[in-house]
Amino acid sequence: MRRIWRAIGQWFGLRFELEDSVGAVLTHPVPAALEGPVGWWYVFGAATLAMFVVQVVTGVGLAMTYVPAPNSAYDSLQFISQQATLGSVLRGIHYFGAGAMVVLVLIHMTQVFLFGAYKFPREANWMSGSLLLLATLAMAFTGQLLRWDQDAFWSIVVAAEQAARAPVIGGFLASLVVAGQNVGGATLTRFYATHVFLIPAAIFGLLAIHLYLVVKRGISEPPVPGQRADRRTYLAQYRALLARGIPFYPDAAVRDAAVAFVAVVVVVVLAVVAGAPMLGKPPDPTIIVADPRPDWYFIGYFALLAIIPNGLESLVIIGLPALAFAFLFVLPLVRPGGERHVSRRPMAIAAVGLGVVVYTALTIAGTAASWVPVSTEGAVLPPAVTAGLGAPESLGARLFVRKDCFACHQIAGAGGRRGPDLSVAGSRLSHDQLVLTILNGKGQSMPSFADALTPEELAELVAFLETRRGR
Amino acid sequence: MTIGLTAAMAGLVGVPIVGYLIAPLFEREQDTYVAVGDLAHFAGGTTTLVKFEDPSPLAWAGQTANTALWVRRAGDEPVFQVFNVNCTHLGCPVDWRSDAHLFLCPCHGGVYYADGTVAGGPPPRPLFQREWRVDGGKLMVKTQRLPTSGGGAP
Repeated sequence: MRRIWRAIGQWFGLRFELEDSVGAVLTHPVPAALEGPVGWWYVFGAATLAMFVVQVVTGVGLAMTYVPAPNSAYDSLQFISQQATLGSVLRGIHYFGAGAMVVLVLIHMTQVFLFGAYKFPREANWMSGSLLLLATLAMAFTGQLLRWDQDAFWSIVVAAEQAARAPVIGGFLASLVVAGQNVGGATLTRFYATHVFLIPAAIFGLLAIHLYLVVKRGISEPPVPGQRADRRTYLAQYRALLARGIPFYPDAAVRDAAVAFVAVVVVVVLAVVAGAPMLGKPPDPTIIVADPRPDWYFIGYFALLAIIPNGLESLVIIGLPALAFAFLFVLPLVRPGGERHVSRRPMAIAAVGLGVVVYTALTIAGTAASWVPVSTEGAVLPPAVTAGLGAPESLGARLFVRKDCFACHQIAGAGGRRGPDLSVAGSRLSHDQLVLTILNGKGQSMPSFADALTPEELAELVAFLETRRGR
Repeated sequence: MTIGLTAAMAGLVGVPIVGYLIAPLFEREQDTYVAVGDLAHFAGGTTTLVKFEDPSPLAWAGQTANTALWVRRAGDEPVFQVFNVNCTHLGCPVDWRSDAHLFLCPCHGGVYYADGTVAGGPPPRPLFQREWRVDGGKLMVKTQRLPTSGGGAP
């Protein structure tokens, strides 16, 4: 058996001259240090690549059934998720694969950043990589829109509104996002073509450059404290290092394969266990009761949009992403030399730490979304709050819910968290203060309820709030 | 010569494709009014959700050809305010809370009074309003592009 394989291999090897093309690439030397434990840090690029292949394969599968027409997309996705054989698993792999790819790209970039591997002579590796990050995020966002449910519909509207904040060309960009005057018949097909043709084409091109550079420039050796990246001596040093190197295949490649395998297993298991994500309501703009949220990795950005100070929105919405990307892109040009080891680069640790902490905090804030009034449909105050109230106070308690006070104010641990907790409002505010705040509103968040309450209702509401006293 | 020919080829194909792609963006806003309901449908002092279909949708537009608007009739006279449902912050649909007399936005907590002015939260300006007129006992509303708070503001 083995002899037959070898014969087949030799036949192709000779005809295609594989020895000095594919063979040379596979066995190109990499630093010998990668054989040690530090080699496990070098695996995330390959895992990202594996995940991209998974996305391409499952994406092609989905495209065989998905109908990219506004009147059918939602139904075809329901069919894929609920009726097609293995459809739910396929969609699940594509969904969890998207999240995994975003996470892996970020881990890969963080590792390269902390190892100082973006410095001379690998600046172009980093720059093509940051473009690949951009393309990955664009894929993640456009993919969510193809779900074509209520969240997707309003996400497109939000994207158009954000694009409109750009100076001068904002209106044009907004029209470009919705492909016309409104989200409608022309919008979905444009996003579909963008998601399955345009961005993937860009990714394939960028990947070709990225991988060419990885092989051509060579994998960076693990940094040593005190050893600076110096463009006069580095190339000669590196050549000497590779002379004592190990072949990429099979010595280093096996770790890439192992980690990629784990990543794919995790994604497939998640897809089998959890299945494809549920679709929201249909994309009907006349269904007003909506709660649009992006997928989990964009929740932090969603939160950022809520907490921008008034008047700075356009600056932050357009400026911050542009600035963040510009910083990534030009980083290796600004800092091509110097220390590579992370123990000599406190600012690098601070930057990564700050980024992780800030985005985690934003994600937590976005998940809670305490700035959004909660629904009061069918809501009731806790029994302990309403027990033993007199007649007007009891009516006031009911008004507290019906007039949506409860949507923004907590009492005894229930209710919205946008405004102050009113559990002990009766102790904190005098009768007149309560009346004035309700009638006139307060600051940027508390509206005036003068038009919404009759004098009797106001008296009942205040009577209820005055029963809320601390010990 | 080679470069010239290549550039010419790119131009020959490029002009139609770019024109095709960006043409929908420059379509004129149609000056169309759509009937959204009889006057009697809107009682004085109420705010009502109206739904109608885009007068000339693409055949495959499905539900996305629908539009919803909030119509407020403050008093008994046939005087209206017709609001886009889109929050002026980032476009999410605002919901009218008839007991609280407020519009609430589910995304980032924008709040508006019955007349569309901002009552709280991040919105930079009042709710967008549509032109309307009364014709044959019906309320007619002008169709309009997606309103935005940025460069494309109407």
